[in-house]
Amino acid sequence: MSTPTQLQRGDVMLAVENVSLRFGGVKAITDVSFDIRKGEIRAIIGPNGAGKTSMLNVINGFYHPQEGKITYKGVKREKMRPFVAASQGIARTFQNVALFKGMTTLDNIMVGRTLKMKSPFFWQIWRHGPAMQEEVQHRRFVEEIIDFLEIEHIRKTPVGKLPYGLQKRVELGRALAMEPELLLLDEPMAGMNLEEKEDMCRFILDVSSQYGTTIALIEHDIGVVMDLSDRVVVLEYGRKIADGTPDVVKADQAVIDAYLGVGH
Amino acid sequence: MFYREAGQYKSTYESDMAVFPIRQDLVGVLAILAAAYVIVPQMGNFFIGTVMIPFLVFVMASIGLNLLTGYTGLLSLGTGAFMGVGAYACYKLTTIFPGVNIIVWIIISGFFSAAVGVLFGLPSLRIKGFYLAVATLAAQFFLQWCFVRIPWLYNYNASGAIEVPARELLGFAITGPNAVPLTRYFVLLTLVVFFTWIASNLVRGRIGRQWMAIRDMDIAAELMGIRPLHAKLMSFAVSSYFCGVAGAMMMFLWYGGGEASDAFNINLSFNVLFMVIIGGLGSLIGCFFGAALLHLVPIFLKFGLPAMGVPLGGATAEHLTHIIIGTLIIFFLIVEPHGLARLWATAKQKLRMWPFPY
Amino acid sequence: MLYDVFVDPFVQMAQMPDLLVQTLWEGLVAGVLYALIALGFVLIFKASGVFNFAQGIMVVFAALTLVGLYEKGVPAFLALILTIGVMFILAWTTERVVLRPLVNQPDIILFMATFGLTYFLIGLGEFIFGGNTKTMITEQLFLPKGAIDVSMLGGRVTFQKLDIAAAVIAGAMVAGLAVFFQYTRIGRALRAVADSHKAALSVGISLNQIWVIVWFTAGIVALVTGIMWGARSDVSFGLQVIALKALPVLILGGFTSVPGAIVGGLIIGIGEKLGEFYWGPLVGGGIESWLAYLIALAFLLFRPQGLFGDKIIERI
Repeated sequence: MSTPTQLQRGDVMLAVENVSLRFGGVKAITDVSFDIRKGEIRAIIGPNGAGKTSMLNVINGFYHPQEGKITYKGVKREKMRPFVAASQGIARTFQNVALFKGMTTLDNIMVGRTLKMKSPFFWQIWRHGPAMQEEVQHRRFVEEIIDFLEIEHIRKTPVGKLPYGLQKRVELGRALAMEPELLLLDEPMAGMNLEEKEDMCRFILDVSSQYGTTIALIEHDIGVVMDLSDRVVVLEYGRKIADGTPDVVKADQAVIDAYLGVGH
Repeated sequence: MFYREAGQYKSTYESDMAVFPIRQDLVGVLAILAAAYVIVPQMGNFFIGTVMIPFLVFVMASIGLNLLTGYTGLLSLGTGAFMGVGAYACYKLTTIFPGVNIIVWIIISGFFSAAVGVLFGLPSLRIKGFYLAVATLAAQFFLQWCFVRIPWLYNYNASGAIEVPARELLGFAITGPNAVPLTRYFVLLTLVVFFTWIASNLVRGRIGRQWMAIRDMDIAAELMGIRPLHAKLMSFAVSSYFCGVAGAMMMFLWYGGGEASDAFNINLSFNVLFMVIIGGLGSLIGCFFGAALLHLVPIFLKFGLPAMGVPLGGATAEHLTHIIIGTLIIFFLIVEPHGLARLWATAKQKLRMWPFPY
Repeated sequence: MLYDVFVDPFVQMAQMPDLLVQTLWEGLVAGVLYALIALGFVLIFKASGVFNFAQGIMVVFAALTLVGLYEKGVPAFLALILTIGVMFILAWTTERVVLRPLVNQPDIILFMATFGLTYFLIGLGEFIFGGNTKTMITEQLFLPKGAIDVSMLGGRVTFQKLDIAAAVIAGAMVAGLAVFFQYTRIGRALRAVADSHKAALSVGISLNQIWVIVWFTAGIVALVTGIMWGARSDVSFGLQVIALKALPVLILGGFTSVPGAIVGGLIIGIGEKLGEFYWGPLVGGGIESWLAYLIALAFLLFRPQGLFGDKIIERI
């Protein structure tokens, strides 16, 4: 496998070509192609059941498409397991918050640092020494994320006890802890009120501008999508029906029909 | 008003991540340790031999099982067999190399148990949750069969039982017929404190977090970069290590010998599991609570009640024990599924507020 | 050595086919009895999603009650009716005390509650009936005695009449239960409850009634199982551990399939007996204690959802 190329801003980071995904008889994705450029915020939108989450799952390595090709950082991907995707710099959040309910906010985000923690088992037993140094170093990094997301007051709270909006923020923090190059967000603002949405938007924009992370996000709120994203891809019934900047997509007749529910 | 964190500011991350960040907790634990080392020895051989020694062994086994079932979420019904592996390993090691200190062998015997544990944990990649318990059942019955059918394990002893040889430390007899309960107690206490500290280090660090992540949502954990098979096998290994050492302790520092294949049967597996459930899954202190409760109830029925004048035959006491334990399990699951540990944590919460109600 | 393991047993089978048939028959009977225990598990699991670990002790408890009553002087058939009544009370009490407070808790909690129930019943059974082994009242229940010897394949094969009766009774039970689940209104309600307590409640299914019915039915199955098992090998608490063997059966046959319980039971029963008889002597015997679990484990590795289970597709 050739080494991934160093990308400049604007280069294609992830290219999805003619990907199809089936579950038994159900076609989740049919012949979809699009790309994501480094440094941009790419929105994936569409009515329910369009295959958006399945698309993210494919990018993550959780589902393997029956047809098509995925190229990440210039290298064609074979069937890969999710932790390989993680080690290559892909992180994500989930539609139904997939936090570790038995652990605190702090611990959840610390789990995001897993790949960076190398201290061997032997030192883990004693905890003092190299293991503690590593723990403190990563704690410092995680505290910066906690600062950034303004969740200091709940850092020791078990996440199961947190309200939904805060849980989503913690999940974002956990994904950020992985220092990802490509961040996949699955409906990060679902179920939030206006104020929470504005906060989340601000965080996403900050992540993009401060850390330079490439972001792909699934979102239903069209206003958010138009404001946040650089480019949009629209899916319906597993097929791509539009691809371009928000203004272009907004005016596309097929997209309007899809959202209004015009049958075809 | 006694149990307040006010004024205890942490200025470094290390101090925030200490074992007992709240000073009162630290003081409390030190007090308990002092009592264990100083007061308990005053309480006579019966208390030490029948109450404390088995209690410590059960704590060790409970910690082992809790790491696997409570922290990693992998149900295991093979605890008894893994303990047996440790006991037999220790026996073989000390009979083949009698010159080496027995404590060294007790500590080493856990590694054999860990290896066996990893072997029976391999299916955990393909098999999830409840089905995995069947793999551990296979381990339990197969290993028990091995203990009987491989005479080499018990040195071809005609009775099929292990006879623990006499060993000593610093001039004191630790194992064998001359070992006094007090000596065995001190050795056991020190070992258990040491291993509890190690377990606590593991669960607070990256490995413990990985285990809990696997338990809570293994799909998400994998997407974070945790390799499920590695984490699960590590859990099997460490858990079986603890159980193996517990088994060696059981045979050498408690029983002093006996029909080992009988001792490490499925009932032992269930007993330890109940201790972990009632004590609290995913809690180290819960292991202590659970072991204490499940160990004390039968003793109280067998000795305590008759001592108080209530006539209770030995067999009846056993039956009552079963009834009470069964009821307790159901009771706890209804009232507090997270076990005694959660009740304790809630009590501490209330204590923070005391004397105010909220 | 390889010859011993891979060739010789089959040679032995061919040389003495009557012995093979005998072993197969023994395996079949054992399998049928395993299936009966598994059936109790399937009933409760299918209808409430709870894995009732206490099924084994319910078998023992039912048998003990029956024999215990008879020993106290109650005539056989009256004892039978009273025992059925006891099983009903047991079902009703379990529903009230254990299941109702735990409704909506995750399955693992309910599973562990049945552990508690098991211990409780062990204690109670020991307390009321004592720990001695008892003999099942086979004659009084008009179960057949004696054997049929058939000359075949160059030798003789013996069929115990009791075993034949057991196979027939078990078959009838399975057929009846399968029909019950598939075609009756209550059966449908049971399947709904197993899928989701909350959803079933919201359509007006009375969980409490359903659960009492189900546990009572499982209790009847336990009673029949207890009678059959007890008739073959006495009634004692050791039976409870044998009930663990139902787990491999369930893994093979699936936790929710009534016919699967039979298929699984037969595979395990026959596999065990053949294994013990032909391969056991190679390693000193006694492999019956773990062979079933190994078979189940091997199956799981190739088909993690069991023979009859649905392929698990994880959705996140």
